[in-house]
This record gives sequence, C-alpha cells and structure tokens, in this order.
Amino acid sequence: MPGSSNETARRVAMLREMARIRAFEREAVAAMRSGEAPGVVHPSIGQEAVAVGVCANLRRADRITSTHRGHGHALAKGADARAMMLELHGRAGGSCGGKGGSMHIADFAVGMLGANGVVGAGIPIACGAAQAIRLKGEDAIVACFFGDGAVNRGPFLEGMNWAALYRLPLLFVCEDNGFAAFTRGAAVTAGGGPAVRAEACGVPATAADGEDVLAVDAVASELVARIRGGAGPQFLHAKCYRWEGHTGTDAAAYRPAEEAAAARDRDCIRRLAALLDADEVAAIEAEAAAEMATHRAAAMAAPWPGAEAAFSDVQDAGAPA
Amino acid sequence: MTRLTFAEAARRALAEEMRRDPLVWALGEDLVQGGIFGQYKGLAEEFGAERIVSTPISESTIMGAGLGAALCGTRPVVEMRIADFTLCAMDELVSQIAKVRYMFGGQGRAALVVRMPQGMWRNSAAQHSQCLEAWLTHIPGLVVAAPGTPADAAALLKAAIRSDDPVVLLEPKNLWTAEGEVPEEVVPAPFGVARQAARGDALTVVTWSAMVPVVEQAARESGVACDVFDLRSLWPWDEAAVIASARRTGRLLVVHEAVTVSGFGAEIVARVTESVGPLRAVERLGAPRAPVPFSPPLEEAIRITPARVIDAIRRLAGSGG
Repeated sequence: MPGSSNETARRVAMLREMARIRAFEREAVAAMRSGEAPGVVHPSIGQEAVAVGVCANLRRADRITSTHRGHGHALAKGADARAMMLELHGRAGGSCGGKGGSMHIADFAVGMLGANGVVGAGIPIACGAAQAIRLKGEDAIVACFFGDGAVNRGPFLEGMNWAALYRLPLLFVCEDNGFAAFTRGAAVTAGGGPAVRAEACGVPATAADGEDVLAVDAVASELVARIRGGAGPQFLHAKCYRWEGHTGTDAAAYRPAEEAAAARDRDCIRRLAALLDADEVAAIEAEAAAEMATHRAAAMAAPWPGAEAAFSDVQDAGAPA
Repeated sequence: MTRLTFAEAARRALAEEMRRDPLVWALGEDLVQGGIFGQYKGLAEEFGAERIVSTPISESTIMGAGLGAALCGTRPVVEMRIADFTLCAMDELVSQIAKVRYMFGGQGRAALVVRMPQGMWRNSAAQHSQCLEAWLTHIPGLVVAAPGTPADAAALLKAAIRSDDPVVLLEPKNLWTAEGEVPEEVVPAPFGVARQAARGDALTVVTWSAMVPVVEQAARESGVACDVFDLRSLWPWDEAAVIASARRTGRLLVVHEAVTVSGFGAEIVARVTESVGPLRAVERLGAPRAPVPFSPPLEEAIRITPARVIDAIRRLAGSGG
C-alpha cells in the first residue's frame, strides 16, 4: 500500500534511526578529535542505510554480530545510546563499564552480541549463535554484519560453508564501503567479489543499494522472510561509501576528494528525507542532534570506573588477586 | 571403582553431562565417527546429529561457533582434534573467547570447553606433538586443566562443562588407552587443587598430564621419599600445596613434557622461590628447545623417561646440603 500511513511511519522511523546514528557518530568523532573520548572510533557515517534497513526487519529476540565500525548496527538494533556514549568515553555506566570502548560495544539485552576489533571475527560467532538458537528451539535469527575487507579472511570462507551446510537461520550482511582500512577492497580482492564467493559456498546472494534505505529494507525484508521460513542462510551485498577515513583521525588522503564529495551527494538520509515532510525531517534531525549532545555531556560528567573494575570479570576460577 | 581407560572415562563423563543438561553439545571433526581416539564413540547414536556435530575441517569456525553458541546460552564442548590445530583458531580462543566477558563488562560468558589432546603419541612428529600449555596459562580469562589419570579425565571434563569460565582441557594423547580406577559416580574436580600422589620429605616433585604416570613410577623406583604433586589444573594451580611442600623439603623438581624454555615450570619455580626464598636445589626437567622429531630413536632422545626422572630426583635429593 504505497503512501499508506504504515509505510510513512516505517519511513519516518528509519529516518529517525539514521539521523540518530549520524548524530551519535558526529559527536563521537568530535569527542575523539578533542581528546575527550580516548582511543579511536571508526565512523560509519554515510553507511547508516545498511544498519537501519537490515535491523528494521529484526526483532528483539534476533541477534546480531558487528564490526569495529559498529555504532550504527548497535543503535539500529536498539542498544542504549547513552550507555554507548559513556562507553566511548571510558566511563562507569558505559555499555561495558568502560572496559571495551568503541570496538567492543555489546548490548546483550537487545541481542547485540558485540562489535569486534578483528575483521571477520563475527562470522564464526554468528554461526554458533544460529546453531544455539536452533538447538534451543528459539524463534529467532542472526544477522552478521561485516565489511568487504572480511571476504579475504579464512573465517569468511569457513563461515559461508558452515552456514550453508547446516542451513542456519543466518543473514550475512556484507557492508561493502569500498575500503579495507586504507586500501581499496577491489585492489586486494581477486575474482568476482563477495557475492560470488558466498554463492560458491551455497549461500544465495542478493544485492541492494546500500545508500538507499528503502532498497536495503526491501531486500532485507525478503531475505529475512526466507530465513524465518527455513530456507537457510542468505547473503545481502550492500554497496555503500565510507564518508570518513578508516578512523576519525584518518584524513583519507588516499582517495580523491571528488569521490567522497560525490558520495555525500548520494546521502542516504537526504534521499529518504526527500520523500517525507520537510518540517518533520528537520524536527527529527534536531531531536537526534539534541539527544546525542545530551549523551555526550552526560558522558563527560559521568564518573570514571573504579580501579577495582580492571580486575573484575576476568574469570571465576583463578581470578587475578 | 571401575577400571577404565582414559578415553572410556572421558566418554562416560561426557555422556553423563549430556544426559544431565540438554544444552551441552559437542562440535568438531569426525565426532559422529567417535573422534580419533574413540572418546566420542557411540554418543551420536544416543544424542543425535544436532548435539554430536561432525564439522568441516574449519578450526576457526569450530572455535568461534562454540563461542557464539555459548553466548546464546548453550554449553558447547569444542573439540580441536589435537592441540596443534588450535593454532589455526588462536584468534577465536585468545582474542574472542578469553576476552568477551571482560571487554563486554560481564554481559556475556563463554561457558565452554575446548578439548585439546596434546603431546607425543605414536611418532606423530613436529606438527602433531606439541605441548602448548604455557601459551594458554599466559592468557587471562582461560582456565587450563590437564588431567593425568582416567579418574581426572572424567572429573575435570565434568568440571569444565559445568564451569562458567572457558576451560581449555589438555588431554594427553599418550594416555588415551591407559587404564585406571574411576569412581562409579564421578564428582567434578575443583580447579586449582592438586592430587598428592606420593609423600616424602626429601624433595618436592611437581608434574601434570602425560608425565603423571612417568613421574609416579620414577618416584617409586628412585628410593627417594618425595612429595609428588599432580597439579591437574595449571590455571589456577595449587600454589598453596606446592609452596608448603617446598618450604618443608627445600628442594623442587618440576617435570613437564613441554619445552623447558618459557615453560610453565618456570612460573612454578618463580612463584615458589618468591614465596619461600632460595631453595637448596631447583630443577626443571622438560624438552629441549627443538621440535619433536619423527624417527623413534630421535623422539626417544628428547622424551622424558622414568630413568631421566629418577636421575633428576636422586641428583636433587643429594645436592645443596
């Protein structure tokens, strides 16, 4: 029912989520550059449509695994934005009590099984999560996000074969932003690319324009329905573009400025906003910006973790003295 | 008590745990066929292919899927076939399994067992004979257990399955067919509690895993009254028992199959001397810093035999005044 109120509500919700992710990451990058947030962040600005279009089709009981560039995945799955911002600042009350930081954000309460500092490492974990879901008879699926850089790691091959072999309820989402860190993915990837490799292992692959949230939503909706129907794993290949560098301090001098500028012209938020009421869009964006600014201020005001936290949650038997 | 082989005792313990808890399952290569040492024989018939899972030769995903399945509430028994193959899955073990609880601030637990049959067996040569316990004890987050008797093969496997910590279980390949007395009802063994195999005031001897029967025989035949400790677990290890003994005897011998250099014996000697002060005599008896050779006489040249242990016991007992 095009133009129906349900459809509009879904679009508004997706716009709000993309705006929240962008506002979160703008604050995160600023906090990192100012030194207020320690360490590095890997922003996914420009790629919000992939996280949001996929997670719009997931339920709370579904699980996701994510990457080092995972703020968007976490937020889209419903993770607590304030706790995430505190985590980026290394504060008590952060998602992980300040012990993980940007690359290790997890929110198990909403099925977010963790970002990961190792490329491709979420793939085997997602396979096992899907296997456990089946063993326990849960009505849930797993979505596994990874980048185009991951397709050159062994766990990618192992995981594709594994998921197909056991017909796991698993959606692989290859967020192909064109860069494996500082190097173009295509420059270091032989053959036909991610989708061809997945299909070679028996995982059907479908492409979606990763800069168009409606396209991602439509494909994800179809693939998730197939998975819930017992069809086994599916592979979504979403081409997009990483507006920022590899990290918040990487100026990305290895690519022409015009290329990044052209990507900004294809902005997934503006593309969806064009279909919605301009005043409503402006209000949503202002609200998202205000929310994340508030979280950042809260993070700066939050206490540091107590030193004893450095020694907790290591292990029960043989814990550090 | 029943007389069982190491493999029979371990298989019986796993079957009992799987009957007790439907969330316990095992994954690894050739498990449906019984595993390469027969330690899974008959289990697929009883528990089915969803709980005794034969996998592809995909060590990263065997290990990583174990983690994903643990994070979703099941208790996987991860079979590595032999310890050397764990090296293909070190990211999953060291940077994922050992870290998740800590870096996610306690949200997730990797309650799983990694079974790693290790050490020399039937002239398996350099890539199938390594003892890697020192690598693993170095990693915060892991419990490292090393049974040396059939009774402990069962008791430590049960403890490992019930543990909320990830437990690496180093099963000595050379002892799978060794027989020993096993209680009708095996109680899980606590980690960090050594078994004292002999008592005497002349010398403290510490060992584990495949060296347990070798050292017990040597102590009997040496004519020297020794305290002999089978550590059973290496992290945590029974510092209190070993330190109390060494304080009394003033002499310490550590025997392990692994390479002496940077072996776990170094940690034991360091901890004991930090606690007790200088001893009258200290020695580590382990392998030279050479790969394990193939040819029987070459393998014999680096093997720790009862005769070599007897020499060391007599040397230490008679030295240092």
